[in-house]
Amino acid sequence: MTTSTFSRRDLLKSGAAVLVGFTFAGRSAAQMAVGADAALGKPTGINDVDSFLAVHADGSVTVYTGKVDLGTGLRIAIRQMAAEELELPVERVNLVEGDTALTPDQGSTGGSTGLTQGGVQVRRAAATAREAFRNMTPADLASGKHFNMKVDPNAPLKDPKTYKVVSQPVLRPEVPLKATGRHVYVQDFTMAGMLHGRVIHPPVIGAKLMSVDESSIRSIPDVRAVRIESFLGVVAKDEWAAIRAARELKVTWSEGQTLPGSTGLGGYVRNAAVDRDETVINRGNTASAMTGAAKTFAASYYWPNQSHASLGPSCAVADMRDGGLTVWSSAQAPHNLRANMAKVFAVPLAKVRVVYMDGAGCYGGNGNDDVAADAVLLSRAVNAPVRVQWMRQDELGWDPKGPQQLIDLRAGLDAQGNIAAWEAEMWVPMNKPGTRPLLSIDAAGMAQDHGQGAGLMTQNADPPYAAGNVRVVAHHIKDTPLRPSNLRAPGKIANVFAVEAFTDELALAAGVDPVEYRLRGLKDPRAIEVIRRTADMFGWKPRPASAPRPVQGGVQIGYGFAYARYKQAENYVAMAMEVAVERTTGKVSVRRVACAHDCGLIVNPNALRNQVEGLIVQTLSRTLHEEVKFDRARVTSVDWVTYPILRFPDAPAIEVALINRPELPLYGAGEAAAVTVPGALANAIFDAAGARVRTAPFTPERVKTAIVGD
Amino acid sequence: MATYKFQLNGRPSTAESWDPAQPLLYVLRNELGQHGPKFGCGLGQCGACTVLIDGKATRSCLTTVRQAAGKSITTIEALGTPEKPDAVQAAFIAEQASQCGYCTNGMVMTAKSLLAQNPKPTLEQVKQGMAGNLCRCGTHTRILRAVMRASGAAV
Ligand code: FES
Ligand code: FES
Repeated sequence: MTTSTFSRRDLLKSGAAVLVGFTFAGRSAAQMAVGADAALGKPTGINDVDSFLAVHADGSVTVYTGKVDLGTGLRIAIRQMAAEELELPVERVNLVEGDTALTPDQGSTGGSTGLTQGGVQVRRAAATAREAFRNMTPADLASGKHFNMKVDPNAPLKDPKTYKVVSQPVLRPEVPLKATGRHVYVQDFTMAGMLHGRVIHPPVIGAKLMSVDESSIRSIPDVRAVRIESFLGVVAKDEWAAIRAARELKVTWSEGQTLPGSTGLGGYVRNAAVDRDETVINRGNTASAMTGAAKTFAASYYWPNQSHASLGPSCAVADMRDGGLTVWSSAQAPHNLRANMAKVFAVPLAKVRVVYMDGAGCYGGNGNDDVAADAVLLSRAVNAPVRVQWMRQDELGWDPKGPQQLIDLRAGLDAQGNIAAWEAEMWVPMNKPGTRPLLSIDAAGMAQDHGQGAGLMTQNADPPYAAGNVRVVAHHIKDTPLRPSNLRAPGKIANVFAVEAFTDELALAAGVDPVEYRLRGLKDPRAIEVIRRTADMFGWKPRPASAPRPVQGGVQIGYGFAYARYKQAENYVAMAMEVAVERTTGKVSVRRVACAHDCGLIVNPNALRNQVEGLIVQTLSRTLHEEVKFDRARVTSVDWVTYPILRFPDAPAIEVALINRPELPLYGAGEAAAVTVPGALANAIFDAAGARVRTAPFTPERVKTAIVGD
Repeated sequence: MATYKFQLNGRPSTAESWDPAQPLLYVLRNELGQHGPKFGCGLGQCGACTVLIDGKATRSCLTTVRQAAGKSITTIEALGTPEKPDAVQAAFIAEQASQCGYCTNGMVMTAKSLLAQNPKPTLEQVKQGMAGNLCRCGTHTRILRAVMRASGAAV
């Protein structure tokens, strides 16, 4: 049995229990270490029921999970899943998330695994405990009796027909706190003796720190600079003093040009040195099928570097005193961060605790882990708890990026217009084992992992439609200009963009309506249902051939469609879009979007709808506006002017149909509805203006060029 | 250190600052315990730090403590509580118009100011009125519905 080795005394000693300042009426159901600390010493092993569940005198239950709610609704959904199996009202189930001293390590909250792994594990523990819980006496409850049971993978689950809590649109308990300014984010966390830190990033990626003139900040009160090799930070009593000091400190850095620049990056990627070629799919013989095809097609698609662009820059508080380390962080993977901090700072794992607290949405690995390392370095240097929040230019300039992706597609159609051959070739960053390097640890010249990974980028490059011969090859390139990381639906947005835009070209060549063409190639009834539902909801008008749309007031209106099965194994998503294209400027306005979504069992339809709507808007933003630009030295997209995102006037009307299948397994829904957005949009632009845009973002200049080019 | 006086959420309040150019945002968050307003950019580009000054939505990251002196400042904490939210907050709760919620302060405060000036806006007017507030989670459709709901429009 794994237990946490933190004692209450340890924590009090390290000053960690000072959250008390945050008690107020209507306290958050969110992570709050205060009360939760009473449970220190509880089991946290993944196989013990007691790691997941604790009972209380009033008959309520606390669920412990290592997964975290990044704004997605997981917090309510996991409570619903546990409540259902325990036959409790959801209000009787509390939740503690992502505190490494209290919760089992259920892996990172990414790749839409929050519910499919985290929730399902909690559900299994609750199902295992159901009988024992029912039989507990008031005395058992009052004494907080342990279950002393192993999680039974075969514990019978409730029959979905009897569900009372799961599939209900229960409101998220933290929304009233968020709407009244009372939700406590890691940015709001404060403790006795806490100082404020800021880091100073170099003007050139990888530059060496040559000299620092501390006299330049002498007029700012209670501030000191901390220099460790090329790591530079400031620590002050007052946050504004730290900000001004970081701005005004006179520093000389080495110069250099380490980047290729973002202009024409597609060409750079195509010629980049390759670590290995991976044959992802090889079915039949595409070469001979291509030769025998009636017609062949080829096109290239490019997706740029994009930022997580969290609305609030990353923030962490670290307390490294007395041989222990506690970090308050909104990291996606608190247990991984804990292990990495222990290794990098040479603190015994048992003395390291990471406490998750909500931050601004992160959508993947943003600056959260980096800022945690910044805070630890500074706390260690000044022997006091230190809070570091990145500034806007730190977050946009230095968070690891969703990497660029280049995709070549080729297809051959037979005489009936069916796909006889399909070849996809993509260029993606290679994976390297280990944890992603942290900026400040490298700068400080300390040893750490130099792993690289940006998620499962090679999925969904094959068509979901019947195709005789299919070959997908991934070139894993050695060097990628900016530090890569997972960004929501990694790789799959670009791949589905290419597949769905290309499929539209094939449908047109076959003289078949795009919706009909897709249906012809599908047998799975769930796929067919989302496509039909979307077409009905949208009022799709079949169009066997593309005819130019009339220009009215300089604008052409067009309609586009896309479909995908996420990871070719999970959610079914279909999407239709109406756009207006301004011919002379190339400006695209998305007027309405319809989407049917099937993720199997729905745990909370309201929270799910929020995710689907959010994915549509966020991915429209990524498709229309977002590209991280950089010159030879640094990222130049560093604020909301140089890295614009979608604004309210561009928010379309969205209609979503959720298909619930209570008897089937659930799939996570934090990513899937993103992937159909760029394809549907590109196809609508083509339908409107006869212009194929194959490079994101679809800026007015690009669309205009495509219009003129056609 | 200089002392600055203003009305905060209807009560006389004072704050000390060593720098008259210190943005009000930090004074509110670090001196006066008002954590509703958030730091998003410090550049006036996102709206996360919005408070009402003399009833008007204002970016506290660009308002210095000296400029705020003598004014009446309202933060989101004063509008209502989780148990008794005001009309705008109640509409955000009913519509679940929040994901991570980091933008929510700015959305609620901007909506408050917008509805004070134009109690029955059209959807288009709301979109324009909120154009300076960013939401990265893509909660736009729900936020728009919440503001319309708060105005009494059928949603
Ligand atoms: S923080 Fe003030 S506008 Fe962004
Ligand atoms: S809800 Fe996350 S930024 Fe708006």
